[in-house]
Amino acid sequence: MSGHSTYQPKNAFSRWMDARLPVGRLVWDSFVDYPTPRNLNYWYTFGGILSLCLGVQIITGIVLAMHYTPSAAGAFNSVEHIMRNVNYGWLIRYMHSNGASMFFIAVYLHMFRGLYYGSYKAPREVLWILGCVIYLLMMATAFMGYVLPWGQMSFHGAVVITNLLGAFPIVGETITTLLWGGFAVDEPTLKRFFSLHYLLPFVIAGVVILHVWALHVVGQNNPTGVDPKSKADTVPFTPYATVKDGFAMSVFLILFATFVFYMPNALGHADNYIPADPLVTPAHIVPEWYFLPFYAILRAVPDKLMGVLAMFGAIGCLFALPWLDTSKVKSMRYRPQAQLYFVIFVATCWILGVAGGKLPDDHVIPHLSTFTFIDADLNSYVWLSRVATLYYFAYFLVVMPVLGLIEKPRPVPETISSPVLGDSDKKD
Amino acid sequence: MVDPAVNAANPSGGEDPSRRDFIHIAAISAAAVGGAAVAWPFIAQMNPSADTMALASVEYDLTKIEPGMQVTINWRGKPLFIRYRTQAQIDAAVKDDGASLPDPQTDAERHKEGKAQWLVLVGSCTHLGCVPTVGGGDYQGWFCPCHGSHYDTSGRIRKGPAPTNLVVPEYAFLSDTKVKIG
Repeated sequence: MSGHSTYQPKNAFSRWMDARLPVGRLVWDSFVDYPTPRNLNYWYTFGGILSLCLGVQIITGIVLAMHYTPSAAGAFNSVEHIMRNVNYGWLIRYMHSNGASMFFIAVYLHMFRGLYYGSYKAPREVLWILGCVIYLLMMATAFMGYVLPWGQMSFHGAVVITNLLGAFPIVGETITTLLWGGFAVDEPTLKRFFSLHYLLPFVIAGVVILHVWALHVVGQNNPTGVDPKSKADTVPFTPYATVKDGFAMSVFLILFATFVFYMPNALGHADNYIPADPLVTPAHIVPEWYFLPFYAILRAVPDKLMGVLAMFGAIGCLFALPWLDTSKVKSMRYRPQAQLYFVIFVATCWILGVAGGKLPDDHVIPHLSTFTFIDADLNSYVWLSRVATLYYFAYFLVVMPVLGLIEKPRPVPETISSPVLGDSDKKD
Repeated sequence: MVDPAVNAANPSGGEDPSRRDFIHIAAISAAAVGGAAVAWPFIAQMNPSADTMALASVEYDLTKIEPGMQVTINWRGKPLFIRYRTQAQIDAAVKDDGASLPDPQTDAERHKEGKAQWLVLVGSCTHLGCVPTVGGGDYQGWFCPCHGSHYDTSGRIRKGPAPTNLVVPEYAFLSDTKVKIG
């Protein structure tokens, strides 16, 4: 995308190096001179924020691994040891545990951004799919990380999630036994989860490199969805994007610090400060907040296997999205009807998140019993989840393909700079 | 299989093409068989180790249990329920033998003959493996707090997402007061 390299080695060493391993040239071309669309807004800063999150998780994680004991007998106590005895252990652990939540806040905003501006559409399909792969790896890493403290939620969360795979006919039991290394979640499970939890962030880093590579091949999308056509449409990455990303990172870090210092356990669950007991399940078992929408989808379906398939299908829809959306217009800025469905979709994800954190039979409107519809009271979270699940799938499988064919979008500007430079009759 | 570019570059080499084919096939076969041979131990190491397999059975003295009471013991890392059922609980279970059950089984099939008071079950919900609480739910058997499965006093699934009844493990009465599970 950047075309001809403008890198000029400034001294004898960098000239010597450039002829042998042109790292300086790669950095210059990718992060200094690289042309970015001039109209990127703050929704486009989450890529940089996510790199920061990955860095924070890797660095704090490496330190925690120096003090942690991956054994069923020692894990819980070693986490308490980190919290009480290790110098600044409390800080580093709270950075790591809240860092996971921050990572997911950023990735969800990054994904909604891509969804709204059509960043998955040609030629960015591979870029989008690599992003989905990173998201899957993040979920696997976060899940295994949550198991490591070996508290009640860790243990029973691991039991429930690994049992999901047991829902598959014939091979299910073989897979769970292989995953557990026994007949239940136990010592071998903890040890392999620790090993993989340490490995996967580096796999993520590898896929992030592919993701950025793909980004730099096809170029960044932008709020208009119109690709840059001339130099007037772009600005160099440095200083424009670096400073904007830097400012957004600072704001994000303030939010991060607020959680770490003022409410470090707000996003966790008190039951995870009880050592794991295989014989007692906590009365109310919930996953971490970032899994709640998928958990709600799982529980919305009364059949075990179908519930599991629906949950995986919810993520599968993301992978298929580039081919589900039939619209010729990329950005929803020019698709008023799509905007409406998008807002409902965001609200649906939020509702699923709330419903996933409640007991299925709890009333949505308190103290109001309506009537039992099929298997549960109509005023219950299980029915709310079902309606929301239906919309979640309808958005991908019905709205996306059909709306693109029938809607009449607003006129799209010829170039990025034309609406900015006051070609007023074209605008909107 | 013969690469034409290689032969074109060396037209007068006079090498028998079947020898090159043989080397290709042999190399690919060795890579495939070797790859599988290396993958095997790396996958098999994930399965239960010998010491885990050895901890397969457990014995329990039933005199410690009062009527109506349940004990939970650890068997293969999972909870195991031993419940001393009251006559009322047995009657309730037998009465529902003819009811519409998701996983039909009579109460008699779920305990040893002549030992209707003793119910031995794996205490993992057949949905996703949580530990159901005793005495709860619409049928006074067990209730799983995770996703709302209701089991009756025979451990049969009656309502909720669990697909099958609570599992009856392999067990035997060594005497009237001693049971061996596994």
